[in-house]
Amino acid sequence: MNYAFDFGWLADYWPVLLKGIGITVELTLVGGVLGIGLGIACAWARALGPGWLKPIVAAYVEMIRNTPFLIQLFFIFFGLPALGLRMGELPAANLAMVINLGAYGCEIIRAGIQATPRGQFEAGASLGMSRIETFRHVVLVPALQRIWPALSSQIVIVMLGSAAVSQIAAEDLTFAANFIQSRTFRAFETYVAATLIYLALAIALRQLLRGIGWTIFPKRAAR
Amino acid sequence: MSDFTTWDILRNLLLSARWTVLLSIVSFVGGGLVGGALLFARIGKGRLGPAFARTYIELFQGTPLLMQLFLAFFGLGLFGIDVPAWLAAGVALILWTAAFLAEIWRGCVESIAKGQWEASSSLGMGYLQQMRWVILPQALRIAVPPTVGFSVQVVKGTALTSIIGFVELSKAGTMVTNATFEPFTVYGFVALIYFCLCWPLSKSSQILERKLNVAHRNH
Repeated sequence: MNYAFDFGWLADYWPVLLKGIGITVELTLVGGVLGIGLGIACAWARALGPGWLKPIVAAYVEMIRNTPFLIQLFFIFFGLPALGLRMGELPAANLAMVINLGAYGCEIIRAGIQATPRGQFEAGASLGMSRIETFRHVVLVPALQRIWPALSSQIVIVMLGSAAVSQIAAEDLTFAANFIQSRTFRAFETYVAATLIYLALAIALRQLLRGIGWTIFPKRAAR
Repeated sequence: MSDFTTWDILRNLLLSARWTVLLSIVSFVGGGLVGGALLFARIGKGRLGPAFARTYIELFQGTPLLMQLFLAFFGLGLFGIDVPAWLAAGVALILWTAAFLAEIWRGCVESIAKGQWEASSSLGMGYLQQMRWVILPQALRIAVPPTVGFSVQVVKGTALTSIIGFVELSKAGTMVTNATFEPFTVYGFVALIYFCLCWPLSKSSQILERKLNVAHRNH
């Protein structure tokens, strides 16, 4: 192997990488927050919602979980304009990530809700709470606490999956790497750098989510 | 410009789906073999083996599959080989699958009660014998549902190989779209074909889980 590695391009192109990191972080943030919101709503609908809503949510979840993210992205960005729904690449990328995380989040959170002991619902009802109030105050937080590690890994997976949004020209970290390698012809070095940044982002995100878990879920009193 | 019927679109997509299926099978089988070796390194007794396996798994689970595909594509090229897309796709997917399967299987092996190790060791079994006769037969049972479940991720993962130019279902979708200007129909069909490939796997994983759980409870 006669190849001299050259990372000299970093001196000129680091602002491009930085901008890409910014977009990737932004996509993850928006996708993560709204995706969890959608996941909670869908989990409620599937576990406790009205009968007519359950099959609709189930169909959505199965549809998303059994098709590649890339195709969901293409469908939203290239396919939906045929129905008159035209959007820019960043909104499309955001929408795809929210829909994707929403479906996975739904299944994860539903598992947490279904692990709630029956007595909790009854206790809520006996305090005169409505079903929604019981869900909001009694069921949801312990359910989220139970499945927080699984939800965290899913968010990290979605963040890593967001590399695909470069394919609809959303200018994320992968897009930046593609741009740099097309200018410098240092493809391998560029992708090594981008990969290491993704690794750092994944580790940081995992730590952040663990910290959030510690903060929002108070330690329960020892029983 | 020639006209394309819906059947033309669907037929071309179905033909290219063969490559998605083939790549999925190769990745899954190859990944299973590498993953098995990785599993033994990960749960082995030495110091180097587990450390290597841990780093490997962290690297492959902590970076995007797309980046791994790019690195395989351009990295193999550094050795002076003209890398065809299918080779880079196969190598990257096998290595990626291996990392996840090794980690799934490790969970299964570690879920076997400690008493099983102690009992078999008190019968004078060596490490390999314990594995062969006591631990793996039990771990295998637990491992089936999540392994089948992960195969769905492998099928979906193959979609990314379209980006490095491997012509499978997703790439065919893009090519057919460029010819027909009907992205809604084409990507709708592409999604439907992926769904038909993945949904039976998801469903059987769920059914297996329920079945094996019931068997487990009766012990």
